[in-house]
Amino acid sequence: MIGWLISDNRRLSVAERGLWRSHKFWLLRRISQVSVLGLFVLGPWFGIWIVRGNFGASDIFGLHLADPYVVLQGIAGGAWPAWPALTGALIVAAAYFLLGGRVYCAWVCPVNVVTDTAYWLREKTGLTRDRKLDRRARLMILAATFVASAVTGTVAWEFVNPVSLLQRAFISGIGFGWVIILAVFLVDLFVARRAWCSHLCPVGAFWSIIGRGSVVRVSAKRREACTDCGACFNICPEPHVITPALKGTGTRLILSGDCQNCGGCIDACPVSVFEFSSRLSEGEWVGGASVTGQKRDGVGSSA
Amino acid sequence: MASEKRKVNRRTAIQEVARGVGAVALGGFTLAALVKGASRADARALRPPGALPEDDFLATCVRCGLCVQACPYGTLSLAEWGQEAAVGTPYYTPRQTPCYMCRDVPCARACPTGALDRDIPSITDARMGLAVLVGHEDCLNYKGMNCSICVRVCPIRGKAITLEPGEWKGRKIKIPTVHSEYCTGCGTCEKHCVTGHASIRVLPRDLGKGGAGRNPAGRKG
Repeated sequence: MIGWLISDNRRLSVAERGLWRSHKFWLLRRISQVSVLGLFVLGPWFGIWIVRGNFGASDIFGLHLADPYVVLQGIAGGAWPAWPALTGALIVAAAYFLLGGRVYCAWVCPVNVVTDTAYWLREKTGLTRDRKLDRRARLMILAATFVASAVTGTVAWEFVNPVSLLQRAFISGIGFGWVIILAVFLVDLFVARRAWCSHLCPVGAFWSIIGRGSVVRVSAKRREACTDCGACFNICPEPHVITPALKGTGTRLILSGDCQNCGGCIDACPVSVFEFSSRLSEGEWVGGASVTGQKRDGVGSSA
Repeated sequence: MASEKRKVNRRTAIQEVARGVGAVALGGFTLAALVKGASRADARALRPPGALPEDDFLATCVRCGLCVQACPYGTLSLAEWGQEAAVGTPYYTPRQTPCYMCRDVPCARACPTGALDRDIPSITDARMGLAVLVGHEDCLNYKGMNCSICVRVCPIRGKAITLEPGEWKGRKIKIPTVHSEYCTGCGTCEKHCVTGHASIRVLPRDLGKGGAGRNPAGRKG
């Protein structure tokens, strides 16, 4: 039974390194996603008030946090928020800047579970049809949400945002919004590989911009060991980010802001090429290679 | 989007920029149209105490629900898709649960963005809406009885709703009369109104109240 459930992308790694090491970061991510949401539902469900609010803004024993993307849209809409929201948004932005912008996508966002499931089901059902979407579409959509916010004087994306809808589904309720979540699932299942998270979602696009300078980065540290099996490319939601680090001659760090730090490549690689690392630590094992000089590789090369 | 590695001539550069601007404009205006359509529905939604005017509210509120969780009576909820208010924003339905007018206004104090006035001096300063006797054909006082439940439950006792003597169909009656300078729109009257569909209802202020001055329509000069 378990054997059938395992994603094909991990099979080589399971054979070489066992079940735990090939699912470590997958499991940690799921624990993280459930825990973050769990902290928010402890209050409304069980009356244990550690965290108040939701992903939009929260209050943890007087420490206010806020979603910088939502706050920025409000500012585009012409409203200047009060201090708790402003400082809260800055704290959150700073944290993701350190950890990797799109850590939000892989470790926090509940829609990630939906789209990962769709991707797994694609593989299990042999659905390979892939209408090529331009991954820059999300940047256009991101810009469009700010245009719409400015035009209407609202936080425009929050009228449809599946990420907000799904976290609120557990914290306060979703109503008819399930259809949007279902739509995301179906698009990811039938229309294109990783359609939502890697091509369309403006929330992810926002975090990828924040994450361009992130400190925590995955590196292809032992890239000489690569056997060209393709497992990392298959499991990666943003395969284009791997190429320069794994196949290039410069830095071994995956520097693209699109990388979610999900650790999928670390799990899937049968010969343990990848590991979590720091942008700053690279000098220790690559003699003198300039980090900044390689920055643009992740943007220009194709998947 | 052009990277310096690719050869880009002026024509393709202009084309790419134009395409990008077009896509952003198309997406932006589509979303804007959808948002505009959705926020029409907000005309009837009642906001928590201290809320900014609806236009500013929709740009300032981050849909976090801290006000909802601060309310000790479960009055407020975040709108789900398809409910009265813009999705994710807080509102209340007085016929189900009115605002019980906590003195310390915990909902407004909890707001991190200022969409609700965090420094509102007193709950009596709140103007969530305005009670309006919309169903005088069904109101028991208009039928000559002395129901007056709306007057008796009103937390701003003797000020926000009073009984004014009047005459209706040749009969002396006591008319429940709302005074907008005192009414907060808490909705306790609507909650307790005995008719099957409340005869007194809280409406957003701009719907519930007339204005001074003259209607320019049909007048010259």
